[in-house]
Amino acid sequence: MIEQHLAKVYAIWLREFKVFLREKSRLVASTFTPILWLFVIGSGIGSATSISGAPGVEYQQFIFPGIVIMSIIFSSVFYGSYIIWDRKFDFLKSVMVAPVSRGTVFVGKTLGGMTNSLVQAMILLAIGAAIGIPFTPLSVMQAVAVILLLSFGLTSLGLALGSYMYSLEGFQMIVSFVVFPLFFLSGALFPLDNLPSWLYVLTAADPATYGVSALRGTMLGVGGDPALDFAILAAYTGALGLFGIYSFKRMKAV
Amino acid sequence: MINIKGLVKRYGRLTAVDGLTLDIEDNEVFGLLGSNGAGKTTTIHMLATLLKPTAGTATVNGYDIVAQPSKVRESIGIVFQAPSSDDMLTGYENLHIHALLYSVPSKGRRKRIEEVLELVGLADRKNDRVKTYSGGMRRRLEIARGLLHKPKVMFLDEPTLGLDPASRETMWRYVRRLVEEEKVTIILTTHYMEEADVLCDRIGVIDKGRIVALDTPANLKALLGGDIIRIKTPTKNALEIASKFDFVHKAEMKDGFLVLAVKDAKRSLPEILQGIEAESAEFASPTLNDVFIQLTGRNIKEEPEGGFMEKFAKYD
Repeated sequence: MIEQHLAKVYAIWLREFKVFLREKSRLVASTFTPILWLFVIGSGIGSATSISGAPGVEYQQFIFPGIVIMSIIFSSVFYGSYIIWDRKFDFLKSVMVAPVSRGTVFVGKTLGGMTNSLVQAMILLAIGAAIGIPFTPLSVMQAVAVILLLSFGLTSLGLALGSYMYSLEGFQMIVSFVVFPLFFLSGALFPLDNLPSWLYVLTAADPATYGVSALRGTMLGVGGDPALDFAILAAYTGALGLFGIYSFKRMKAV
Repeated sequence: MINIKGLVKRYGRLTAVDGLTLDIEDNEVFGLLGSNGAGKTTTIHMLATLLKPTAGTATVNGYDIVAQPSKVRESIGIVFQAPSSDDMLTGYENLHIHALLYSVPSKGRRKRIEEVLELVGLADRKNDRVKTYSGGMRRRLEIARGLLHKPKVMFLDEPTLGLDPASRETMWRYVRRLVEEEKVTIILTTHYMEEADVLCDRIGVIDKGRIVALDTPANLKALLGGDIIRIKTPTKNALEIASKFDFVHKAEMKDGFLVLAVKDAKRSLPEILQGIEAESAEFASPTLNDVFIQLTGRNIKEEPEGGFMEKFAKYD
């Protein structure tokens, strides 16, 4: 029984992973953008500013955890909302008519999203090592945990949003009103110490903020307490996961 | 195999399926024939547990479509109107993934996949991406996919929609092969008269969500009074002679021709010609299209509506 369920989760995941490997242009594009940010914005802004509260950390290194989180935000939310396409092109219908529970499809899909995000994040971590981020085996393991957690939460969010949307225009809405705010408010590009209070409140509400902060803590040793960040992130992820599975279960099949 | 009782589906004020009642026998090929918007696809979606009926219910393979959806799903295979295979994957991969979703036992899984690929004539293209398939091949792959778990019932929703005439005939051949080799009950929807005629044991003509006629293709055509024979004859009392045959149920002289209505012209004509000298003789069988016009007062539409799917996800 359990084996059959696992086989079904594996089937959904396998499809996602194969498509991911074959859509090379998507992988190249989504890896290139963070690199652009890291080197162009990182070097450009970095030549004009220094980071308050983090002496001895260059701007490019400071934003590196933020850029890793950025790549996760983009890949996870996009990935989840790709369900709009699956539905448009009826692949989803062929899964929905199989004797597979919605929960199983949901888990398979989120695992697919987490795999995508992890592959991209790993490429970025390799680049990070090259620009002088002092990784240790422990900090890499911690980073992977943060990446998987955030990716699970945001893939769930994408799947949830996608399950409410029936047109491809909805996709653009998700980009403007979800993906970019999540990124800009996460403190990926600037420290959160001296923000105006309205902005601070918004950043505190952004789950990605805790991902950035946790990564910064483990990779660079700056910022707050990574354990606390991790705990808050875990709580957010749990809530998003529940929202995702709820939305996915009530989604219409046709 | 399928018992439908008073099935209703409403969307707001629109009633797509309006109290459908129907029994489909084991191993028959049943055709739901109707124009666009008649409620064919909605009916299939309800039977396949993708849509919840507003009222009424049905059992498929003995399982209730509302109360036991997962049992129903295990019992059925389905080919949708629009392509639903993943075109980034190969034919084999598509089948492999679905075999896992349907819990086809790992022992014999590969063999079963090869078997269904062979059945639909795609064995030599199994490692090509679905992207490179023609419309007909893709539809056949989806038939193979639907067969993987040896379902009791196979739904084919407009199996030849959008295919060119040659691919359509190939498809018919495969559907017939399916009946012979897989022993499944097939329910297909179509708005092609010829298709219903060629493939189906029985046909339900559906209009505005209701079954308006239900019978074998031959009997449906007989509804119109059967075949019409026209004979040009010098025999004086031809009308009298013809009326004496008990298989002639209507005889008249019209424009100098003797016009006879018979059930089966191919069989009756030689007999008639033994009694009546003929300068010429011809006969015509009514088509299902004539039946459809008779029943609904409308001609069946040959073209699908130009919806989003037709534009973006065309076969061929």
